[in-house]
Amino acid sequence: MLIFEHAKQGRVNYAQSPRADGDLTDIPDRFLRKSVPTLPEVSELQAVRHYTRLSQKNFSIDTQFYPLGSCTMKYNPRACNTLSMLPGFLQRHPASPENLSQGFMACMFELQEMLKDVTGMQGVSLAPMAGAQGEFAGVAMIRAYHEARSDNARNEILVPDAAHGTNPATATMCGYKVREIPTDAEGDVDLQALRDAVGPHTAGIMLTNPSTLGVFERRIKEIARIVHEAGGLLYYDGANLNAILGKVKPGDMGFDVIHMNLHKTFSTPHGGGGPGAGPVGVSERLMPYLPVPMVAQSDGDEFYWLTEKERPQTMGPLSAFAGNAGVLLRAYVYARLLGKEGMQRVAEYATLNANYLMTRLTEAGFDLAFPTRRATHEFIVTLKRQEQEVNATAMDFAKRLLDFGYHAPTTYFPLLVPECLLIEPTETEAKEELDGFVEAMARIDAEARENVELLKSAPHTLPVRRLDDVKAARELDLKWTPDRT
Amino acid sequence: MPFNPHTEDELRAMLDVIGVNDIEALFDEIPATLRSEGLSQVPPGEDEMGVTRLMHERSRADQRHLCFAGAGAYEHHIPAAVWEIATRGEFYSAYTPYQAEASQGTLQLLYEYQTMMAGLTGMDVSNASLYDGASALAEAVLMAVRANRKSKSKRILMPRTVHPTYRKVAHTIVCNQGIELHEFDYDRAEGFLDPKSLPEDPGDYAAIVIPQPNFFGVLEEVDALTNWAHAHGMLVIGVVNPVAAAVLTPPGEWGERGADIACGDGQPLGAPLSSGGPYFGFMCCRQDYVRQMPGRIIGRTVDTEGKPGFALTLQAREQHIRRSKATSNICTNQGLLVTAATIHMALLGPAGLQRVAGVSHANTNVLLERLDRVPGITRRFKRTVFHEAVIQLPMPVANVLRALSVQGIVGGVSLDAEYPELENCLLVCATETKSVADIDEFIEHLERICKRLQAVDCPVTPKM
Repeated sequence: MLIFEHAKQGRVNYAQSPRADGDLTDIPDRFLRKSVPTLPEVSELQAVRHYTRLSQKNFSIDTQFYPLGSCTMKYNPRACNTLSMLPGFLQRHPASPENLSQGFMACMFELQEMLKDVTGMQGVSLAPMAGAQGEFAGVAMIRAYHEARSDNARNEILVPDAAHGTNPATATMCGYKVREIPTDAEGDVDLQALRDAVGPHTAGIMLTNPSTLGVFERRIKEIARIVHEAGGLLYYDGANLNAILGKVKPGDMGFDVIHMNLHKTFSTPHGGGGPGAGPVGVSERLMPYLPVPMVAQSDGDEFYWLTEKERPQTMGPLSAFAGNAGVLLRAYVYARLLGKEGMQRVAEYATLNANYLMTRLTEAGFDLAFPTRRATHEFIVTLKRQEQEVNATAMDFAKRLLDFGYHAPTTYFPLLVPECLLIEPTETEAKEELDGFVEAMARIDAEARENVELLKSAPHTLPVRRLDDVKAARELDLKWTPDRT
Repeated sequence: MPFNPHTEDELRAMLDVIGVNDIEALFDEIPATLRSEGLSQVPPGEDEMGVTRLMHERSRADQRHLCFAGAGAYEHHIPAAVWEIATRGEFYSAYTPYQAEASQGTLQLLYEYQTMMAGLTGMDVSNASLYDGASALAEAVLMAVRANRKSKSKRILMPRTVHPTYRKVAHTIVCNQGIELHEFDYDRAEGFLDPKSLPEDPGDYAAIVIPQPNFFGVLEEVDALTNWAHAHGMLVIGVVNPVAAAVLTPPGEWGERGADIACGDGQPLGAPLSSGGPYFGFMCCRQDYVRQMPGRIIGRTVDTEGKPGFALTLQAREQHIRRSKATSNICTNQGLLVTAATIHMALLGPAGLQRVAGVSHANTNVLLERLDRVPGITRRFKRTVFHEAVIQLPMPVANVLRALSVQGIVGGVSLDAEYPELENCLLVCATETKSVADIDEFIEHLERICKRLQAVDCPVTPKM
């Protein structure tokens, strides 16, 4: 039932209606709305009950194992939320003067400094509001760098074929052509293809390391050399930073610019699809172009904003104010809870869990996409054999896993591995949870051989059965209307 | 310390299964020369009690102030239930609803949100959110260039009455695709876009951006502007405040045909001020343009048993399918803020939201009346405003704001950096959260400070 179907005309929630009288009589009639907006008229209890019940129809980290590859669905410590919602933070207007903002700005400054250290970069801006916006900022800075040198022939960004879809989409938004670089049989970038692709038209390359294939790009130094010698810059997509936190710094690998997904590595909540935060870090040569605002500290230990005025070469602002400040606060609290030794343990135990789960699944008879490789914080199982033998696809396994109370891994990504499951257990899951997942997978594999229909018609135990996506796209129904339920 | 649950025995057992001696062995594919020496700028970990103490100190340092600033971020009352429910783990710790059957809660909520936003803006359809108002405007510009089939132009008319940072963000995001934002000036006396001043032959533009209310709080003549733009083959992008939209003509009803795209910042619908974010951007459009819209869109459909359910739809627009040909690179959006906004709108209902708008407007009028009585302070533009307005002080704004801040008052937003012609001008706002006593306190301090600064500043250099 929709919230609108709980509504009755004339029902008012008096507690949420200001007592003072509003008065719009001085506004000329031509400016005024003639219709009542389509909002539900429900009591407070009806609304609370409705949305509480809706929440119960979700899988979430707090209720289920959620091994969604490349998304780092680890526990979001509650303290991060509670402490970021203290009144001084919530009520601070973004235009508040600096002398009334020192508490907040201290957190932002320290977060910048910690992220610089973690990434091995010279400067960090917290401005981008999500990973994709961080990518945009990164590639736009690469462009600004080439333009400042009048190196205008560089019109192409290289992207491995395994890259996340945001990489090529970002390159396009920055006005670049995209050229894909193939992957070799072991999951590394094909170096010969890279050598053939680079040239005076190369603006840069966008790489994730560990890659989206769940393996560490072993020849990264060589890649950096090839691209740099051709005059291009290296962009690091930080989606998989959890795997190497405190162990390897992207700056040491030769990257010029990096974005981080704080909603992954720094455990800020995914919120049903955001908000995220995608800070960017840069090497010395890209420093002038960082997006504003940033926080600086004066000799007298006062914090102050850096804006276009102090940073005239900046690529500009990316949001109306200072980015997703509340998300940044959550990441700050998380970083302080972990500390330096905690951060290294994140990478260690994320890698331990992934390798353990990978080994157990192999023992249970599943095929790996890259069987000779070590798992990083994630790995890929391919169900190509199951698909060929009994017509059980990755989609079928994913839907059936839901019946066992597990959120499905990422399916059909990366695109180059057929029938793939990208599995990322994260460091916060216990061994027994991983063992339970292996058992469920083994059971589904057996079901596939005995009665594949059971998989094909899954899920069986959720609020809805498999949904008709084709109908959803063909007969668009994007809002409720009063004349129809 | 990290939140991993492993005991020493489990660690041993897991390493045995993998077949290695220690965790370090799991990093053996990483070249030794790349291994980090450790972190020098990250302090040691703290327990929750220690970090709690620190954060309380920091929060107290920025303790509650009396705030008369708006300029795109507005202090409204948020019902207690909004964030109680939005931060339930089932909403808070889920991700993008890729597995529809396991995400019906989020998906249905987003469908309800789309219905509410379409209703509020008077438009046909809504997406499931963008990052914020400024980036939503940038996406609207890109969308308009794609959607306007009649015009090949990559030029957009961008009035200076649009929020200055929105204009900058839009420029930052669209400039690399060869799109030009042509700024045009407002009526300096009245602070609005005078329809009488619009050229008869403006040239080829893909779209015009029309703010309502505009950055100065002033109401624009949206009907005349919309009709003029449509007559010249432009699409109309409305940038609106969603609380104002509850009482002002919604963009879908502007002029003869209505706006083509409506966008803005959803912050006034349940997001706390929170230093500027996270908020959320909303975007609505006419049905014809839905396939050009960026971001997630939720559709209602049926399952294999014919039961209604909800799913992500029109995904062929998005980066994970279309890659370099997608409508935008956006992936993660602002889901949790939309969750809060949906609950917020349901709790207020149409009458509650209209009342919030009405009281905010009335309070701003009270503020302006009192300001009018302060010697030396004048209202800069006389036209009707919604819930903020520009006032002119007898001295530089920065000094006044500094003095007010010592009293714990955020007195508004200075305009002279972005609008040199508005010397000594301040943008002030009073929402429903301000009582008459709050307003009196503000006026009292302002009057005293102006008097004192004038005395100190004497003799003043005469104005040229």
